[in-house]
Amino acid sequence: MWKWLHPYANPEVAYRLTTKLLPWLITLTTLFLGVGLVWALLFAPADYQQGHSFRIFYIHVPAASLSMGIYFAMAIAAFSSLVWQLKLADASAAALAPVGAIFTAIALITGAAWGKPMWGTWWIWDARLTSELILLFLYLGVIALHNAFEDKNLAGKAAGILTLVGVINIPVIKYSVDWWNTLHQGSTVSKLGKPAMSLEMFWPFLVCFIGFSLLVGVIVSLRFRTEILSRNSIRPWVQELVQAQTKAENSK
Amino acid sequence: MQFSRFSDFIDMGGYGFYVWLSFGAGALLLTLLIISSKVGHRKVIKQIAQRKQREDILRKARATKTQQTATHNPNLKEEIR
Repeated sequence: MWKWLHPYANPEVAYRLTTKLLPWLITLTTLFLGVGLVWALLFAPADYQQGHSFRIFYIHVPAASLSMGIYFAMAIAAFSSLVWQLKLADASAAALAPVGAIFTAIALITGAAWGKPMWGTWWIWDARLTSELILLFLYLGVIALHNAFEDKNLAGKAAGILTLVGVINIPVIKYSVDWWNTLHQGSTVSKLGKPAMSLEMFWPFLVCFIGFSLLVGVIVSLRFRTEILSRNSIRPWVQELVQAQTKAENSK
Repeated sequence: MQFSRFSDFIDMGGYGFYVWLSFGAGALLLTLLIISSKVGHRKVIKQIAQRKQREDILRKARATKTQQTATHNPNLKEEIR
C-alpha cells in the first residue's frame, strides 16, 4: 500500500490531481446542495411540534457534525505530519482549519437562531453549546499558530500540537447530550441503526449532508492547492506553473 | 410542495426570521470563505511571480556588473574565468 500511496505524497502530483478533481467536485456539490436545499426548504414536511422552524435542522446538523468531522481529519493530518513528517499533511491541516472554523460558526449561529423560538433563548451555557464554542476557539488558535511563524514547518508543528491536545473536546461535544442534562436534544440521526425521524425528513437531510460534505471538499481543495504553492514556491515546477498562469492572465 | 403561496414560503409559519437568518448567515459565511480562498490563491501566485521577477532583475544586474568590471581590468577577467 505504501508503494502505491507514495507518488501522491509528491506535491506536484497532489497539486495536479486536486486541480483535475476540482471541476467534478464542484459539479457534484452544486447538484447535491441544489436538490437538498430545495427539498429541505420547500418539500420536506413541517415538524408536528416545531413547525417550519424545523427546517433549520437541514443546515444546523450538517454544519455541526462537519465541524467535528473536519477537526478529526485535521487531527489525523497533524498526527501524520508530526510523526512521519509528511509535508503534505501539514498543508492539508492548514487548509482544513479555516473551513472547520466557518462550519463551527454556522453551527453556532443556526443553533442560536433555532434556540430562540424553541427554547426562548439565543444562548445558554450548557454542555453542548459551550463545548462547541470551545471548538471554535480551538480552530481560531490553530489558524493563528499557522500564521504566527514565518517558517511553515515550525508553524505546522505548533499548530499540530494544539490540534492534538484539542481532540479531547470532540468526544465531549459528541456525548455531552448523554453525559449531562442539557437543554440541547439528543441525537436524532444516529449513524448506526435506524434514525429516530421519519424518512420524509431523513432523505432531504442526507442529500443536504452529502452536499455540504462535498462543499467542504471543494473549499479544502482550493486552499490545499494554495498551501502547496506557497510551501514549494522555489521549486521549478511551481515557477513554471506560475509563469504559465501569469502569461495566460496577461494575454486576456 | 408545503407552501401554497410565495408569502407563506417567506413567512415559514411565523418562523421566517429565524429560518432565513440561519440559511442567510450560512450562505454569507460560505460565500465569503470561497471568495477569500480564491483571492488567496491568486495572491500567492502573484507573490511568487513578483519574487521571481525581482530575482531575475538582481541576477541580470549582477551579471552586467561583473562583465563591466571584467572589461575594465583584464587581470580580473582571467580570475573570473
